[in-house]
Amino acid sequence: MSEEAAIPQFNIQIGNDLTWNVQPILHEIRHALDKLLETGETRVIDLRSIPLAPGEEDRIIDTLCCGEVHAKLNALGPSEIYETRFAGVWLVTHHNEENDIIGRFIEITRIPDILKSQHEDMSIAVHQLENELSEAAESNKPETDAETNT
Amino acid sequence: MTKDLSRKDRTLGETLRSQGVSRRSFLKFCAATASMMALPPSMIPTIANALEKARRPSVIWLSFQECTGCTESLTRAHTASVESLIFDSISLDYHHTLQAAAGHAAEAAREAAMEENHGKYLVVVDGSIPNGNNGYSTIAGISNYDMLIETAKGAAAIVTVGTCAAFGGIPHAKPNPTGAVSVSDIIKDKPIINVPGCPPIPVVITGVLTHFLTFGTIPDLDNLGRPKTFFGQSIHDRCYRRPFYDKGLFAETFDDEGARQGWCLYKLGCKGPTTYNACATTKWNGGVSFPIEAGHPCIGCSEPNFWDGGGFYKAISIPTENITKTTMYAAAAGVAAGVAIGATGRMKKSAAGKAHQKVTIDDLEK
Amino acid sequence: MTETELLTWARGPGFQIASIIFALGIMLRLGEILMLGRKANLAEAKGSAMSSGLRTVFSRTVPDAATFKRSAFTVTAGYIFHIGLFVVIFLFAPHILFFKDLLHVSWPALPSPVIDATSVITIITLVIVLVHRLRDPVKRFLSNYDDYLGWFVTILPLITGYIAFHRVGMTAPSLIAIHLLSVQLLMVVFPFTKLMHAFTIFLARWYNGAISGYRGVQS
Repeated sequence: MSEEAAIPQFNIQIGNDLTWNVQPILHEIRHALDKLLETGETRVIDLRSIPLAPGEEDRIIDTLCCGEVHAKLNALGPSEIYETRFAGVWLVTHHNEENDIIGRFIEITRIPDILKSQHEDMSIAVHQLENELSEAAESNKPETDAETNT
Repeated sequence: MTKDLSRKDRTLGETLRSQGVSRRSFLKFCAATASMMALPPSMIPTIANALEKARRPSVIWLSFQECTGCTESLTRAHTASVESLIFDSISLDYHHTLQAAAGHAAEAAREAAMEENHGKYLVVVDGSIPNGNNGYSTIAGISNYDMLIETAKGAAAIVTVGTCAAFGGIPHAKPNPTGAVSVSDIIKDKPIINVPGCPPIPVVITGVLTHFLTFGTIPDLDNLGRPKTFFGQSIHDRCYRRPFYDKGLFAETFDDEGARQGWCLYKLGCKGPTTYNACATTKWNGGVSFPIEAGHPCIGCSEPNFWDGGGFYKAISIPTENITKTTMYAAAAGVAAGVAIGATGRMKKSAAGKAHQKVTIDDLEK
Repeated sequence: MTETELLTWARGPGFQIASIIFALGIMLRLGEILMLGRKANLAEAKGSAMSSGLRTVFSRTVPDAATFKRSAFTVTAGYIFHIGLFVVIFLFAPHILFFKDLLHVSWPALPSPVIDATSVITIITLVIVLVHRLRDPVKRFLSNYDDYLGWFVTILPLITGYIAFHRVGMTAPSLIAIHLLSVQLLMVVFPFTKLMHAFTIFLARWYNGAISGYRGVQS
């Protein structure tokens, strides 16, 4: 018996059954997916609001993961966004700068909002781009002048 | 864009933008905040809207008869970067343990904050207040009682952090030598939000402060003044071990098969059924675990008088006194009394029988 | 007084007082009854009093056909709520813990959903039984405050227990305290009302059987 095996396991999710909270959440996801298809209504499930037993979160993630899309954010610490193997079901995990998980959500949507470019950021980007272009134009001008002078 | 505003007058949105925080980051922050405040994810846009406009309130933190465990808990709030953003946007103007200033300078900071933000500042209290002899606990020569009364006067609201401030806690436990009382025993004319726990869950503390910061209102409170979002359901009702309770599977001791299987801890004295807190969902140490998950029954630390609740390891349905003895003595006394009454009855009967005189014809003819 | 203090009182002094009155009352009344004694029967015994007595203790559990036909409702409803009370009181895990603390013996519990369903059935049956008592002219004529008080203190712990289990309206410490206090009310009233039948019923059956047995007739 290895040392690790000697440590008592409180993980009631040992075995392959979809027990306890796992199955109800999967049902909830299925209903939400139905609704998304029919009406376009999106849904977000906060995994931290559910009294999960030890190991259940891992079981849910194992059951869902992973599909075709995997995105990484770098916004106030890293975030990981997976499309699960069920299209339209996304797993969003936010970390803080110390890499602790600060939020974990299952989103039933075409694309999680956080991936879309935000209006405010885009308007700042336009300004920034304009500034950079005009700066470039300005810095180009004197140089050509100088060239012609010599 | 915010050059003309002093730092204190900025909204949270302005503060974040000036720090180069993108809208996307802000949305992530709002999602984590919603999760922290135990609000549904559908509230995220509302929170974003409110946080955008939120202004940093002045916070005065008073520590009375306490062990600093609550502050220790708070500083271990796991969503560090989120909290730091929030605490960047509140002005913690007075906190013994955390502030750099000491002595007169510290007290001056408190007085200045009270004057500048009269009617708007938030008072956070941890620790109970000795109300027998005020001399039991003083700060800078001011008794806790006087400091609370003085500071509460201009407060918008009071948040009590920890069971001591909320309900009296351990100092209030029998025989309560200092005559310790809770904040709500003294302050009657201000909204009080109780955040009990020994200590409270760090994210619950920050969640309540964030609620005030975000919406500028008092959250929905239960009959003990606790925010319903965190204290709305009992540990028992949200416990992942509840199915074992319903099936009748219990750990009988701390090292039996039931304990190893992670069965219900009711028989080991778990106070989950009478305790309201967020431990079962929010959990501790960044969502890692909570006492019951670690195999120890809930001691009910977020309830009033939890220290005098008849023993941490005695199941709720068990009487706190030895009623076996009482019942036996009472039964013996009952038997004695019953026999005595019966015997008296018999004696009366036989006496009546003896005293009975037969009536003869002669008697009737008299 | 906070709700935790109320609960602590109910679990401590409340139970002390209630158990003193309960145990003292029961033993006093049993003592009184047994001390009455019986006159020696000088007639020659035509059968065994003891065996007939013991047999009757059990045989009366099954109603004879004629009785059942005459009052099928009373018998059926009576059985349902008595068995229901037995299940709810003695086979619910927290209650077993109470008895284990008191008597130092333990037995297995039923799953709580079973207890939950049983308590609902028992409450409904008790309500129906009361309605029947009020509507039946003979029963109503025979009933006095003792019957209604007995009914009330019996259904009260069932209702308070059901509410406490489901946490309706108030927080758990108050609900559990109210449940315990309602049980204590039952314990205090018990020895001095017709509820005493729980302790005298088998005694009475034995006497009936024994008398018949001595006479050599069927009981």
